[in-house]
Amino acid sequence: MENRVIEINEFGSAPPRVSEFKRFLRVLTNRAVVVVGLVILITLILVAIFAPLIAPYDPYKLDIKNRLAPISTEHLLGTDTVGRDTLSRVIYGTRTSLEIGLISVSFAAIIGVTLGMISGFLGGWVYAVIMRIMDALMSFPMILLALMIAAVLGGGLENVIIALAVSLMPGYARLMCGQVLVVKESDYILAARAMGSTSWYIMIRHVILNCLPPIMVFITMMLGMAILAEAGLSFLGIGVEAEVPTWGSMINDGREYLLSNPILSFAPGAALMLVVFGFNMVGDGLRDALDPRLRGMI
Amino acid sequence: MTTYIIRRLIQCAVVLLIVTVIIFIAVRLLPGDPLLMLVSSTETEEFTMEQLQELRRQYGLEKPLIVQYFEWAGNIFRGDLGRSLVSKLPVHEEILRRIPITLHIGILSFIISIILGIPAGIICAVKRSSWIDNVVTTLANLGITVPNFWLGVLMIYLFALYLDWLPTMGYTSPFDDFWLSTRMLIMPVFCLMIGAVSMNTRQVRSAMLEVLHQDYIRTAWSKGLRFRVVILKHALRNAIVPIVTLLGLGVPLVLGGSVLIEQVFSIPGMGRLAVDAIMRQDYPYVQAISLLMAAAVVFANLIVDLAYGWIDPRVRYQ
Repeated sequence: MENRVIEINEFGSAPPRVSEFKRFLRVLTNRAVVVVGLVILITLILVAIFAPLIAPYDPYKLDIKNRLAPISTEHLLGTDTVGRDTLSRVIYGTRTSLEIGLISVSFAAIIGVTLGMISGFLGGWVYAVIMRIMDALMSFPMILLALMIAAVLGGGLENVIIALAVSLMPGYARLMCGQVLVVKESDYILAARAMGSTSWYIMIRHVILNCLPPIMVFITMMLGMAILAEAGLSFLGIGVEAEVPTWGSMINDGREYLLSNPILSFAPGAALMLVVFGFNMVGDGLRDALDPRLRGMI
Repeated sequence: MTTYIIRRLIQCAVVLLIVTVIIFIAVRLLPGDPLLMLVSSTETEEFTMEQLQELRRQYGLEKPLIVQYFEWAGNIFRGDLGRSLVSKLPVHEEILRRIPITLHIGILSFIISIILGIPAGIICAVKRSSWIDNVVTTLANLGITVPNFWLGVLMIYLFALYLDWLPTMGYTSPFDDFWLSTRMLIMPVFCLMIGAVSMNTRQVRSAMLEVLHQDYIRTAWSKGLRFRVVILKHALRNAIVPIVTLLGLGVPLVLGGSVLIEQVFSIPGMGRLAVDAIMRQDYPYVQAISLLMAAAVVFANLIVDLAYGWIDPRVRYQ
């Protein structure tokens, strides 16, 4: 440990934790593959934001005369059955995927973490009831559960988001519950209790903050999963509205023209794989960077 | 151990009970009146309201939901899964025909994912940062990433359409034509196992790395024990708990994968039936398949839990 002069300002706040953040960044960017993942994600997020500027054509514009056009300088990835530009649809598909991924995972995380925290912290029958329901939800293969919910609600963007959020939620509840059970027994919680802190204060100040790192990692990984599941749903034809550009339905639509225009299926799948790869690798990097056991090792 | 087993069994039963309630509620909420579908599918006759009521009574749809639930749950115990709304055939007949197909592909994928994944993970951990570790880890990272249904489409293009080495799609029983059956299975099994293999490799690698740092491994090395003994007996045995967890996770992964893969390769298995039934709103099928799949996962989890208790005595006394 290096010796530093710690300046405590008049408000008595914690010493600056610059070195901790620098360490985090150093570990995160330690592995080349994580950096690649980060670059991919940042690029794709920019593509999603600036889709209208980047896309060469309107992704909804039909052009029957130019249907199933091959790869050319005019249409870099050709056109689909109704003459829509594939590149533009892949670019706009980034928007759809990231949007659905981010929103559904946020909902899943908020609800799941809350349920997990309540059940872990209160224990007893609350724990038993909540966790058994989560176990039951987790017994369904994720895609099947999402498929059933999407079928119940009917397609459409919002319903797909709800279906994915419900399917992903139990994972968060279980993870958070496990975390809380561990943290609850730790000495610093005992110390906080001895000092007279209320349960709610302990829950917010100590438990949540200490459970956050694994949740962050899980959220990153689940973003990839959610996007993959959304593509699976729209591949099966139970997804967002047909005309909205999504990678899953593009892969499915392209299957019929595999022999003549394989790019129709290849391009959206490649984009899908890039996104999932990005989230998985950044998740891996975050796990290493946030793992307290690795502190000082890397 | 006995109390541990009993506790787990009770927990399992409770989870299965909740599973049935979830399925029942979800299926009753499916949009559209299944009876109206029935009527329009038999267009030859004009149905009157009375006949509709009669049909509704026949299928027991006029009773309160709670009664319907108990009738349905009771019938399951008697092995009666109901009749299809579309084909009118008993659901279990069709399902019994399709289970072997899904099991065939699923079990093959599951076994291959273990046979390949565990040794690959061990080799990566032992030879950390070597070229073989780098190559295998990179492949595993790609393997957990690739959308299996897209991989299926790619493979169909390359091996079936372009090179014409393998049949495009379909399924043949190995008892009818073993060679054709094997050729047909290569692509779907590959797509289905790729995620599980990659996950196993990654998990075994990190579990082994964690253990290889321990003092008792250093002691084992310094005692002059042979390589095989240190790795398999000292290291792997202590890394086995996360590996067993993972094997349990493989079951829902393979079952869920079959939903998509069977669609890609037009394989008439359970996954495909599930998708078709959901599309047709043929809810006795949806109920039966989701129940069977969930039960398989619950059962796998039970085995994993019991294995924990067997492997690690500390678990039993919690």
